[in-house]
Amino acid sequence: MCPATYFDIEYEINPWMRLSRQVDRPRAQSQWQELHRVLTAELGVTVELMEPVRGLPDLVFTANAGYVSGRVVLSSNFKYPQRRGETPHFEAWFLSHGYRVHRPAEECFFEGAGDALPLGEAIFAGYRHRSEICSHQKVATLTGRQVLSLELVDSAFYHLDTCFCPLGNGAALYYPGAFDAYARTVIEANVPRPIAVAEQDARLFACNAVVVGRTVVLNAGCADIEERLRKAGYSPRAMDLSEFMKSGGSAKCLTLLLE
Amino acid sequence: MDTMPSETVELRGHIIDSLTLPKVLDQILAAGGQFEIEEVQIGKRRTDLSYARIKVQAASEAHLDRILGLLKAQGAQPLVHEDVVLVPADMDSAFPDDFYSTTNLQSFVRWRDRWLEVADIEMDCGIVVDEERGVALCTPMHRVRKGDAVVVGHLGVRVVPLERQERGELFAFMGSEVSPERPKGAVIQVVARELEEARAAGKKALFVGGPVVVHSGGVEPLVELIRRGYFRLLFAGNGFAAHDIENALYGTSLGVRLSDSVQVSGGHRHHLRAINTIRRLGGIRAAVEAGVLTSGVMRACVTHDVPFILAGSVRDDGPLPEVVSDVLEAADAMRREVRDVHLALVVGSALHAIATGNLLPATTRLVVVDINPAVLTKISDRGSFQTVGIVSDAGLFLRELLAALGGGR
Repeated sequence: MCPATYFDIEYEINPWMRLSRQVDRPRAQSQWQELHRVLTAELGVTVELMEPVRGLPDLVFTANAGYVSGRVVLSSNFKYPQRRGETPHFEAWFLSHGYRVHRPAEECFFEGAGDALPLGEAIFAGYRHRSEICSHQKVATLTGRQVLSLELVDSAFYHLDTCFCPLGNGAALYYPGAFDAYARTVIEANVPRPIAVAEQDARLFACNAVVVGRTVVLNAGCADIEERLRKAGYSPRAMDLSEFMKSGGSAKCLTLLLE
Repeated sequence: MDTMPSETVELRGHIIDSLTLPKVLDQILAAGGQFEIEEVQIGKRRTDLSYARIKVQAASEAHLDRILGLLKAQGAQPLVHEDVVLVPADMDSAFPDDFYSTTNLQSFVRWRDRWLEVADIEMDCGIVVDEERGVALCTPMHRVRKGDAVVVGHLGVRVVPLERQERGELFAFMGSEVSPERPKGAVIQVVARELEEARAAGKKALFVGGPVVVHSGGVEPLVELIRRGYFRLLFAGNGFAAHDIENALYGTSLGVRLSDSVQVSGGHRHHLRAINTIRRLGGIRAAVEAGVLTSGVMRACVTHDVPFILAGSVRDDGPLPEVVSDVLEAADAMRREVRDVHLALVVGSALHAIATGNLLPATTRLVVVDINPAVLTKISDRGSFQTVGIVSDAGLFLRELLAALGGGR
C-alpha cells in the first residue's frame, strides 16, 4: 500500500473524477489509515508500504503497479500520461525488494492487477478502457497460466477490479452490466460459483473488495451484496472509502497483493 | 470476392476460451465484411496459446479500414510483412547455415514487398531467389551454386496449408488414412474417375511401378491403360523393366511362368538373358524397333510415346541401357517430368513411391497401392500428406481399375 499523503483529484481520466469535486484530504487519509488498520490489526495481513510521491496523486492505487506472480512482476504501461510517472517508483520498489520486473510491449497498455485477477488456474483479464488485449499474451507467457480476456463495455467500470472480484474456491463477485455478452459467457463458463452484483451495489464498487480468507473488505453501503455474502458464508467488512470513490477507486485499488 | 480489398490479420492468445476468435468473426460479419480463416492453431492444453490468421474482405478500402479498426481493439493485428532474408551461398552444392528447408506445400516468399510463389515446390529443398528475374525457385541442395541468394530463417516465408487447396473428390473422400478395411471398390471407382477426368482435361497422369506389377499379372491391364492414354509418363527401376521384358520375351517373371505359376526349367536365367538381349540391341526402344520386343509395358511406352525414366540402384543386374544409374541425375530427370503431373499412381514399390512422393508438390494427387499397409503409412509419415493409400495386390488392383474404366473382362 502507499499512504494517501498526496492523494488528490488533479485530473479527470475516468467518469468518477471531477476536478470540481475535490478530495477532503484529512478525511481521505483517515479512511486510508482505517483500511490499513483493518487489514493489519484486524485481519493479520502483512502490509508493505511504499513512499508517497508529491505530484503523483494516484500512486495510492497500488493495484495498478503491475501484475505480481511469485517474485516476478509484469510492470504497468499506463494508458494516460498522467499516471505514467508512477511506474519508475513502483519498479524501484519491486527491484529493491528482490522482484524481477518485466515490461509489457511499448505499444500495449497494461494496468497491472487492476486488469488481471487470478481465480483458480486461470487469470481473468479485462481490456478496452485501460489495458489492451495485446498485453494479455505477455501475462500468459510470463505466468504460464491461461488468461481469459474479458471486454469491459461500461466506462464507469474501467478496470476489471471495479466489476469482478475473485473470492477464492471458484467463487467471484461480478457486475454483468460491465461486460460484453462474450465476456459474460466466459465468466459463466469458467467461474464455478459466480455471484452477480446488482447495479446499485456495483456503482458503490462492491466488487472492488479485498478478500482475506472469508472476510471481504468493501466500500460501505452495499447492503444487498453484504447480505448475499453472509449467506454464502463470507464475512463482509464494510468501510467508508467515500473519498477514494471520488477518484473511481476503493479497497482493492488501494492494495496490491504480493505473494 | 477476390477483387474486394482485403487484409490479413493475426490473432494470438487464449482466443478460444476467451471467445475472442468467435467475437472477431462476428464483428467482421456484423460490420458487413467477409472473412476467410487462413490458419488456426489451437493450443492442446488450457495454458497453450492459440493462433488464427484471418483474411478480412470489405466492399471498399474505407470499409475495410473501419473493420480493421474494430478488430484492432480485439487484438487482431494486420500481418506484418517482412522481406525474406537472403544470404549468398558461399560454396557450390551446399546451403548457408540456417537455410529455410521447404515443405511440399504451396509457398510464397516476400521479396521487395512482393509475394513470389516458389516455383517447382518439393519437400526438403532450399529456396533460391533469382534477383535479376525476380523469381523464387525451390532448389535441391546439390544444385546450389556459389553466389545464389538463398532464403535463410522463416521470416517472409508463407506456406499455404493444404486444407485450403483444391484436393479433389478423391482426397476429400479418403483423407490420407491407410486402412485395409476400407471398401476398395468405391476407392477404385474414384481413382478411375480422377484418371478419366485427367485424360479428358489433357492433364498428365504418372504411373510408377515395381516388379510386383509383372509378377502379379498387372502387365495386361497396365498396357491397356497406357494404350488408352490414361498414363502419359512412367517411372520405374531396372527391375520393373527387366521383368516386363523377361515376361515379353520368355513368358516368365524371374523364371516363373505367369500363365500357370510353374517354375520353368532354367528359368532363373531368363531375366539376365532378357537384359543381355536388350543391351546387345542398344536399348529398349531399339529392341522395339528391331521387332524383338513385341509386347509388355515397356513396349507400350515406346509405341504410345509415353516417356519413361528408369532410375538405377546398386543391386541392378545389367542394367538396361536406359537406366539412369547416377541417382542425382535420375532425380533431376524425374523432377523435370513431374512438374505438370496431375495425378501419380504408384503400384507395388516402396522405394519409388517415396522417391516420387518427395518430388511432388502437395497439390499433386498421389495414390499409392501396396499389399503392405506399412508402406503406405511410411509415405504419409514422410510428409506426403496428399497420399491416398490402397491396400491391395498390384495385379488385382490394375485389373479392377481397368474394369472400372470400362475395359478388361
